[in-house]
Amino acid sequence: MSQSKIKFSCRDVRVAYSGKEALHGIDIEIEDQGVTAFIGPSGCGKSSFLRVFNRMNDTIPGCKVTGIVKMDGEDIYAPTLDPVLLRARVGMVFQKPNPFPKSIYDNVAYGPRIHGLAANKAELDEIVESSLTKAGLWDEVKDRLKDGGTGLSGGQQQRLVIARTIAVSPEVILMDEPASALDPIATAKLEELIDELSKKFCIVIVTHSMAQAARISDRTAFFHMGNLIEYDQTSNIFTNPTDSRTQDYITGRIG
Amino acid sequence: MNSILILICVTLALTAISFVFARQKARRQLAVAAKTIHSQPSYHGWFAGLMSGGLAFLALIVSAFLSLSPLFTIVLMVVLAVLGFFFAMNRIGADFRARTYVEYFIKSILVLCSLIAVFTTIGIIFSLLFESMRFFKEVSFLDFVTGLDWSAQTAFRDDQVGQSGSFGAVPIFAGTFLITLIAVSIAAPIGLMIAIFLSEYASVRAKRIIKPTIEILAGIPTIVYGFFALLTFGPFIRGFAESMGFGIPTQSAFTAGVVMGIMIIPFVSSLSNDVINAVPQSMRDGSYALGATKSETMTKVVFAGALPGIIGAFLLAISRAIGETMIVVLAAGGAANLTANPFESVSTVTFQIVTLLTGDLEFDSPKTLSAFALGLMLFVVTLLLNMIALIIVRRYSAKYE
Amino acid sequence: MSSSPSIHASERALKRLKKRHARERRFKVMGLSAIAIAVMALIWLLYSVIGTGYKAFYTHSFTLDVEMTESVLDPTGARDPDALRKSNYRRIVQNAMYERFPDVTDRKAKKELFDIISTSGAPNHLRQMAYNDPSIIGQSFTITVPTSDDVDQLLKGNIDRDLDESRRKVSDRQIAWVDQLMETGEIKSGFNKGFFVNPDSRDAELAGIATAFLGSLMTLFVTALMAIPVGIGAAIWLDEFAPRNRFVDFIEININNLAAVPSIIFGVLGLAIFINFFGLPRSIPIVGGLVLGLRALPTVIIATRATLMAVPQSIRDGALSIGASHVQAVFHHKLPHAGPGILTGSIIAMAQALGETAPLLMIGMVAFLTEVPNSPTDPATVLPVQIYIWSSNAERAWVEKTSAAIMILLLVLILINGFAIWLRNRLEKRW
Repeated sequence: MSQSKIKFSCRDVRVAYSGKEALHGIDIEIEDQGVTAFIGPSGCGKSSFLRVFNRMNDTIPGCKVTGIVKMDGEDIYAPTLDPVLLRARVGMVFQKPNPFPKSIYDNVAYGPRIHGLAANKAELDEIVESSLTKAGLWDEVKDRLKDGGTGLSGGQQQRLVIARTIAVSPEVILMDEPASALDPIATAKLEELIDELSKKFCIVIVTHSMAQAARISDRTAFFHMGNLIEYDQTSNIFTNPTDSRTQDYITGRIG
Repeated sequence: MNSILILICVTLALTAISFVFARQKARRQLAVAAKTIHSQPSYHGWFAGLMSGGLAFLALIVSAFLSLSPLFTIVLMVVLAVLGFFFAMNRIGADFRARTYVEYFIKSILVLCSLIAVFTTIGIIFSLLFESMRFFKEVSFLDFVTGLDWSAQTAFRDDQVGQSGSFGAVPIFAGTFLITLIAVSIAAPIGLMIAIFLSEYASVRAKRIIKPTIEILAGIPTIVYGFFALLTFGPFIRGFAESMGFGIPTQSAFTAGVVMGIMIIPFVSSLSNDVINAVPQSMRDGSYALGATKSETMTKVVFAGALPGIIGAFLLAISRAIGETMIVVLAAGGAANLTANPFESVSTVTFQIVTLLTGDLEFDSPKTLSAFALGLMLFVVTLLLNMIALIIVRRYSAKYE
Repeated sequence: MSSSPSIHASERALKRLKKRHARERRFKVMGLSAIAIAVMALIWLLYSVIGTGYKAFYTHSFTLDVEMTESVLDPTGARDPDALRKSNYRRIVQNAMYERFPDVTDRKAKKELFDIISTSGAPNHLRQMAYNDPSIIGQSFTITVPTSDDVDQLLKGNIDRDLDESRRKVSDRQIAWVDQLMETGEIKSGFNKGFFVNPDSRDAELAGIATAFLGSLMTLFVTALMAIPVGIGAAIWLDEFAPRNRFVDFIEININNLAAVPSIIFGVLGLAIFINFFGLPRSIPIVGGLVLGLRALPTVIIATRATLMAVPQSIRDGALSIGASHVQAVFHHKLPHAGPGILTGSIIAMAQALGETAPLLMIGMVAFLTEVPNSPTDPATVLPVQIYIWSSNAERAWVEKTSAAIMILLLVLILINGFAIWLRNRLEKRW
């Protein structure tokens, strides 16, 4: 773990919605290897912070991000940086599964198509198959690739979204409470998948479930009221938190 | 007319008088009642008012049908109203549920209001069908829908040669189709692009300015568009064509179609804007997160989701264009040419209805009756388009709820 | 893994990215152009109407000394009003004109001279005066009457003075007289009151919108009286009291469809039912109002239902829970909350009805009327139909009049819609 490189480094990152500040100066470094989890009570700013890394906040009218965010040493908020390119490199999975109103195949092929990742149909088929396989969905859907993506179950939809994301070959996958709309069995499957994916991708996950963070993450950051309170190895956070607020949260006194 | 107005006033006065007296009596009587009362005094008043006013109104209707003299009518009305009044007065008491009856009356009136809309449709269907049947007795339906020659205006009296006229409606349908095609091929892309720009690109402030400006176009009466087509756009197009060396008429399918297209733009844009906005933001987020640009998101994701709704909007726009009247009356030229050349004068269904039904009407000549047959065609086609569009839109909006 | 360069940063990918952004810009430009086309069409339309129409709001009038010669008007001296109606006032005006220009003797020139003034307007003016007060016969006084529309157009600069005489409507002689009269102030320009108070006329300089304006008011009054109460009633029933069954579904579908039926069909309905079946007279505002009322009905119902549905159910439930009857809960609690929205919707529906033309053509409100209607049972026309009637005249003076009538119509519509928007912003609650 110690030889892992820094993927993101943030200095004094603030996020404001229509002038109202939601995050008050976050400094954090996110490592390339493994899973980083953001935890904290709802409204603490963890999801807003996650959207900083692929500049999804740009799509919200009135949202303003200040501070410095570097990915591999490159400022991703530099005016010369293309958010479209950034988002191809930093994928995102949302709270509610949001497959497109298209077939399963077209859902996965969408990203490769717009980015021109496949030279021909055979290559595209290959990308679709390998992405669905990596997302653990291939066996369930290989006979009905032409069916609509919205017809799948919630857990399958979320894995379809993950397949869709990895089809673009990102370096990082951001996950915003990806299991919150799923039942326990689908959640378990998803966690297994995240564990598997963490071998190939840098994963940053926001979760409201401390147990989930404990199970799947290598490092955990605790947010409270727009501030980063504590950031450490997950085992340290859960066994030996230094801040009393972290202590209160993980023991269930706040949140 | 004036006497009816007076009689209606008399009815209202009888109602009011009964109301006042009955309420007064109810107040006195119910004040001493020990238990909770079902109907407040004013309901007893209303009951009395409706009884006497209703009977008076009934008398008014009956005497209008029998054309009785106004004096006799008034006497009849007052007598019945007094009877109704005493009937209601006798009933006043803590046990009488006046409110139930009054509310029953109110609900009946509300039902009647709803039924008027149904009666309107029935009236439209019957009046169109009835006169069309008479028309199709003289001109066969097949000749009407397949005939290539229309010269209804020259069909005159029996003693004239060629009295049967010519009622082949194909040129009329073709003209309607041509103008509709031109109008929709202008309104559909422009309206859709406006809707897309407003929902995906425009800032809140720009939206606040652009939206009402576009809506002004929708608020302008069609006669104004017709006048604009006739006196500004038509001559402009002719002048433009002349400068290019072509001679075209001022009034043509093109002139009418383009101006009609402009008129329908806000219709398309506001309907499409609604369906585009109904596509959940999460769809867009999913696409942006994959590194798609706004236009890619729009054309490949949002559009795919909104397509049924947009088709519905287009169908409604087509229906609107087919039924549009004043622009074609002023700017289409009106010659029943069977042509695909947009720069020729054409005639449409609505144009023919206006020409045939203004001026002297003879309800026994096929000339006048043919307008009803055309009206029936217009009604059926627009009804079908509206039904299909409504079903598509309804099914679509259910999908995202 | 970050050591291996991302496939998204390859040269090919970057080239492609550039193209994608270009496409994005083109797409945005397409959207902007669509808006630009719509806005330019609007500006063009308004410009062409206002640019022509504003000139109709002023006009030129001629102040002339006339002598009401008894021997011409009432040779018998009986002062019989009926006879006075038929007297030759034209001769009086002609004499006055010849008096003003005593040098003009040639027959053709005399005719041209007389044509400077409104040839039916001036005699009619005198006729009306004599009819009101026969004692003016034999007296001399000055009257102010409109010039002919050609002179008016000349003075408004719409007739090219450099054109060959044979190709313009005013002769060289007439131009000379008019210029002279302008200089002396006998012809003056001023506000065109006649445009607002006169009924229609064959002469452009006399035609006004009074018949149409009053006709529109009366028609709209009948429309409102019919469509608004019935529409609100139907909406309340459908929203609150209607059972959920096939028949009610049918009513709802029926209303939605009725809203999209072409307006001309409603005119055909009015013609078949009100005029052909019930035998009501043609051209009267009552029938027009009923036809437009049926046309506006579905619009009012739909707007009212939308407003009623936006009122939270909790308001009605609150009333029910303290023992109000269903009818009381709806009329005392739900309806007042929906009031502003219903009012706005109804006003907008009335604005639409005001702009309708085609259905009224069907019921004959397209007659040429030189009288102002006194009641909704008198023949009348409405503003849009008046515009339609006038639009068939290609002469400049008429185009000007038509454009001005459109300006009035649009102004009224702007005021009505503006009022509705103001009302909505002021009164409407947000839940």
